[in-house]
Amino acid sequence: MPRRRDIGAETWAILLLFAAGAFGAAFVVVYAIDSIPHQTQFLGLALGLALLCFAAAMVITGLRLVVTEELVEEYPPEEHVGEVDAISTVVEAAGARLTRQRFFKLGLLVAGGGLATAAATPAVSFGPLLRVKEYFGTPWTRGRRLVDEDGRPYRAADIEEKSFYTAFAEGADKEELGASLVVVKLPVSQLKLPPDLQGYDAGGIVAYSKICTHAGCAIAMYRVPTFAPDEPRPALVCPCHYSTFDPASGGSVTFGPAGRALPMLPLTVDSKGFLRAKGNFDEAVGPSWWGVRNRKPTP
Amino acid sequence: MPPVVRALAVVLAALAIVPVAAAANGKALFGRYCASCHGPDAAGTEDGPSLVGVGALAADFYLRTGYMPLKRSGLQPRRSEHLLGPAEIDALIGYVASLGKGPAVPAPQPARGSVSEGMTLFRSHCAGCHQIVAQGGYVTNAVPPALGDATATQVAEAVRIGPYVMPSFSERAISNRQLDSIVRYVQYAQHPDNAGGWALGNIGPIPEGLVSWFVAGAALVGTCLIIGKRLRA
Repeated sequence: MPRRRDIGAETWAILLLFAAGAFGAAFVVVYAIDSIPHQTQFLGLALGLALLCFAAAMVITGLRLVVTEELVEEYPPEEHVGEVDAISTVVEAAGARLTRQRFFKLGLLVAGGGLATAAATPAVSFGPLLRVKEYFGTPWTRGRRLVDEDGRPYRAADIEEKSFYTAFAEGADKEELGASLVVVKLPVSQLKLPPDLQGYDAGGIVAYSKICTHAGCAIAMYRVPTFAPDEPRPALVCPCHYSTFDPASGGSVTFGPAGRALPMLPLTVDSKGFLRAKGNFDEAVGPSWWGVRNRKPTP
Repeated sequence: MPPVVRALAVVLAALAIVPVAAAANGKALFGRYCASCHGPDAAGTEDGPSLVGVGALAADFYLRTGYMPLKRSGLQPRRSEHLLGPAEIDALIGYVASLGKGPAVPAPQPARGSVSEGMTLFRSHCAGCHQIVAQGGYVTNAVPPALGDATATQVAEAVRIGPYVMPSFSERAISNRQLDSIVRYVQYAQHPDNAGGWALGNIGPIPEGLVSWFVAGAALVGTCLIIGKRLRA
């Protein structure tokens, strides 16, 4: 039985739709004025009310205005009862091996294979068996000067204790992974460099790659005590996952997820007092991978 | 600070003020509050560094922030209520400055600096620890403080001396002119332009988006659950 026209509900729905339109227009007007206080709140309010009015209109339409009618109809009597059986026998005998189940299994196999290949690709492309030579490359060669962000070369006298500096290879692209350094000065008596890094410092000035060996963030924190006996020891800290490196002992890891020490750059001071590299890093820079220690970095 | 400690501090301060206010003798105050760690002649002990030659700058910073006197040596100094009155602090600063030649209290002029240059400098020198919004953070074994209460002078002082485990920055690393910009930026970060609504620390659109996703997402799931239950009933 179709219901008779529900004038009240119809009026309400139309009013709400108009209200939604008005709030939508209000949003545009508030947005265009762009100078009233609490602008964003009013924008949000207008949009919210517009959506609410629209939703209310839809609810009223759905509940009160859409014609609903239930009709019951019997299934027609089955025809060709015997023939259905005969046809299914013929189909089965024809040997349609690709059943629904097998088709599904095949699909699973294709999807799984595709996903597995996708997952394996990055691992393979970065493996030790393939090309990793460029990851060992750095711009540092013997005699290259250390410059600051504006390209001014650092003198050894510029580097003060209890301060820290970011340096780059002179003339190199600053974005290059191996170009950036963090430089600090420690009292020579505090240095405890391991045997293979002896002589890497220049009068207590030590330089490490600024790129964390864990995930490749920039080492942006230097913790250095004002009063050594009572306060934490000097440390270079990565802000991403708090890997903590000891600048006095060749950048060894003292805390955090990093798996290997910061690569250290050997330094020297030339006759004019400028800081220069004495060679390349002791290990490859950047995040670690399988085989990172297999080769020394190259220019 | 627990109320008992606060009350005790007030009583101690009152006891200190009454007899000393007349004399305001820096040396006597030093003997009372500082000498147990810094030594009777301020030359340092195994509990505290020498203060000879640190100048008025360091004394002004550590006393006016309430970093000193420290409850016991070995703690990280934190901003706290003053144990001493302004007259005592002035007398102590004068005494420490008289111990040797050292830097004077800086007078930054943030009005001369630029917020955008300050932000660039803050990002490269300070944000690693204090966060770009200057609300503090963490470093292993220490807590870089939020800068919300730092005055212009205190920011300038901290940059030059590097309190506790903070590195210090010389005039070659950060010029006085650049320092003006950094101070200007810190002042901006203390009272950032607010676009309205829930500021969420003014740390940008990503946390704001995340909050709306989580709040709106939870509300939508709840609504769906209610609708589903009513339909089944």
